[in-house]
Amino acid sequence: METIMTDLLCIGAGLAGERVAVEAASAGFDALCLSVVPPRRSHSSAAQGGMQAALGNCFKGEGDCTDTHFTDTVKGSDWGCDQEVARLFAETAPVAVREMAFWGIPWNRVVPGRSTYFKGGKQFEKIEPAAKQGLITARDFGGTANWRTCYTSDGTGHTLLYTMDNKVVELGVRVHDRMEAISLIHDGETCTGVVARCLKTGQLRAYLARATLIATGGYGRIYRETTNAVINDGGGAIIALNTGIIPIGNPEAIQFHPTGIVPTNILVTEGCRGDGGTLLDVNEERFMDKYEPEKAELASRDVVSRWMTHHIRKGLGVKSPYGDHLWLDIRHLGAQHIKTKLREVEEICNNFLGVDPITQLIPVRPAQHYTMAGVRTNKDGAVYGLKGLFSAGEAACWDMHGFNRLGGNSLAETIVAGKIVGGKVAEFLKGYEVAFDTATTRNAIIKDQERIDALIQCKNGRENVFAVRSDMQDELMDHVGIFRNGKDLQTAVDNLQEIYVRAQQVGLRSNGIGVNPELSLALKIKGMVRLSLCAAYAALQRTESRGCHAREDYEARNDRDWLKRTLATWDEGANLPTLNYEPVSPTFELAPGERGYGTCKIISCSDPDIGD
Amino acid sequence: MARRLQFDIFRYNPQDPQSKPHTDTFHLDETDSMTIFIALNKIREEQDPSLQFDFCCRAGICGACAMVINGRPGLACKTLAKELPDQITLMPLPVFKLVGDLSVDTGTWFRAMNEKVGSWIHTDKTFDPAALEERMDNDQAEEIYELERCVECGCCVAACGTANMREDFLGAAALNRIARFMLDPRDSRKNKEYFEVIGTDEGIFGCMGLLACEDVCPKELPLQDQLGILRRKMGWTAVKNLFRRG
Repeated sequence: METIMTDLLCIGAGLAGERVAVEAASAGFDALCLSVVPPRRSHSSAAQGGMQAALGNCFKGEGDCTDTHFTDTVKGSDWGCDQEVARLFAETAPVAVREMAFWGIPWNRVVPGRSTYFKGGKQFEKIEPAAKQGLITARDFGGTANWRTCYTSDGTGHTLLYTMDNKVVELGVRVHDRMEAISLIHDGETCTGVVARCLKTGQLRAYLARATLIATGGYGRIYRETTNAVINDGGGAIIALNTGIIPIGNPEAIQFHPTGIVPTNILVTEGCRGDGGTLLDVNEERFMDKYEPEKAELASRDVVSRWMTHHIRKGLGVKSPYGDHLWLDIRHLGAQHIKTKLREVEEICNNFLGVDPITQLIPVRPAQHYTMAGVRTNKDGAVYGLKGLFSAGEAACWDMHGFNRLGGNSLAETIVAGKIVGGKVAEFLKGYEVAFDTATTRNAIIKDQERIDALIQCKNGRENVFAVRSDMQDELMDHVGIFRNGKDLQTAVDNLQEIYVRAQQVGLRSNGIGVNPELSLALKIKGMVRLSLCAAYAALQRTESRGCHAREDYEARNDRDWLKRTLATWDEGANLPTLNYEPVSPTFELAPGERGYGTCKIISCSDPDIGD
Repeated sequence: MARRLQFDIFRYNPQDPQSKPHTDTFHLDETDSMTIFIALNKIREEQDPSLQFDFCCRAGICGACAMVINGRPGLACKTLAKELPDQITLMPLPVFKLVGDLSVDTGTWFRAMNEKVGSWIHTDKTFDPAALEERMDNDQAEEIYELERCVECGCCVAACGTANMREDFLGAAALNRIARFMLDPRDSRKNKEYFEVIGTDEGIFGCMGLLACEDVCPKELPLQDQLGILRRKMGWTAVKNLFRRG
């Protein structure tokens, strides 16, 4: 058995994983990243919009400060976040952005003088001051009081990831790509590395490390319709949950975005609606203006997604081989506007749909977008339950997003958390020694080899892994989606429990030799159904509406009973997660109140409990 | 009436001693907006679960899914079936090491490239967390971004005559990367230092000027211009070097 040793092992080489590795390597430690794809293909690259940091350089960002960024983040989270973490994040973001500039990001800069911008389809004028010429500029994003989102054109995630990986190359940090961690090596108290399957040969390999980091991103792929990359299937969350010790924080906190294109669920930007685009149904009639007379198509993401789903359920969606959808209409904005201000949308529609948005309607529907849920850590990024294990980025529930993440705060989290957690990992590594127990390591490998053999030899059954995945994805889509209610969630839990039985009876149809893709999926399908059950069951228990978690049968945000975070663990042999709860935040710098958008029914902490 | 599409796909699993390189044929009914991404996943799920191919973002952003589609390197995720004839032939990219079927190892190649060209800002300065960022002209930032858009998909390398003949040729992606850092005022390297990396037949002087790289680049990078500019700059540097030696 090939065994490789290092000080810090990062599972995942996206922005968060590499940022932590860079910090540890800069402190003189040996760092090694595993990645299922070449690092520059990580899903971080797909974040186009930008990264929030309160620099206050541009005219519309004047007077911006970390206090406002903190407040926006807490309100965005619907008071579901850890405020100590949100504060730490907001304070560190400006330095993190400047550091990325120092490392080579070609951030867009302030251009002094007169220029125009659009809001609600109307044109306005602004004047940038000469004093700020050449400093990092920012653009507007939802849920923020100021223009705060730093960007490089429409490729912010791409430039951040390339610059970060440049740093990794410069520092000589090893990256073993096409290498998938399939279990954590631990003795119930301390994590000492992972068992990984090579996606070039299919061979198993042990990685032993003094510190291990889970930075595998989100897991949108448990849903059928998601904007996420195909690799976002929960790898890191699954191996954590499988320990039976580590909790997933707020597994029910899952964000949807209103306009994914059909069939591939690639995002088209909110700018379409911001500039005056409309949503149409099967009769090519508008509907958002009827549900939300005031804001119409420009209500918040969760609200628009909810009404779109409602309208499709009423039978007013457009039938297609890929399921029902609605139309996004930007034709009236004209060729000139679309070709200049919405160029990226024009490209996506032409390249991926063969649709010309200047003359044709764009098929759209809400799609899963982000998992605020993740491996629960403390503010240092240390994972609950196992010593020597850390987590950062979308994979983690650190928890600065609570029940709703703001646009521009995901890229920011990867860099900022990476910097902070990386520093804590380096501190941890100083003077920390661990014994690598050969029996623990060997047993972990044997267990994984047995799983593989059982799948290839169909020892547990002949269930088709693709069919199991498809049924799981449908179940989440249909019953644990944008609108939730007790009846649907109970149905989901019941059905997912049946799917969970089938997931344990999967057997391969192909021979499983080498980098067999059927085997790759079969190895994690049980874990994916576990994550699905965590989402469904935790959502069923949470009898309130908060951020993205919208219960039709409990419409109010209930601070009296639910100002707490769900912690889901999985006992081996169980068919449901065990749910525990902890206070949402150690401090309340910003007392729970109204967000200023969306519905505002609140049961406050001081309201008497009248029983229900 | 939907078309019946025929996919002729290269198959070989180097890990399986029984496997020999060959072509398998699959059939699918075309659906609206079908891309090669949708088609290949359908084939894997319904016809052959062992079929190897690479997709990641499936949105033309990450560069994972480059393959040879009816003789031309391109990103499979943004290739629509309706732009192709009824018969579609899919082959893995040449030059890169085969992992299996349509999957090739671009990661190792590009890491080596990034190490070779020193793909990072070279500077003696240290970051000061208390200081404001250094100012930069927005036009200059956008010029750098224009070249920074490369997604390392490997299409330009696969389509390159020189890269197909000689293993040590850096390729357009590497030369474009050098051009990106030459533009960047934060990088302290001088032409002389760049010359040491690319002033050879493995670098800019190995380019035969066939320019398939620009034709197949899915990001439409201005590779022809960059190769021309580099060749001139490095030519001058070579002449200056001659004088210094003389």
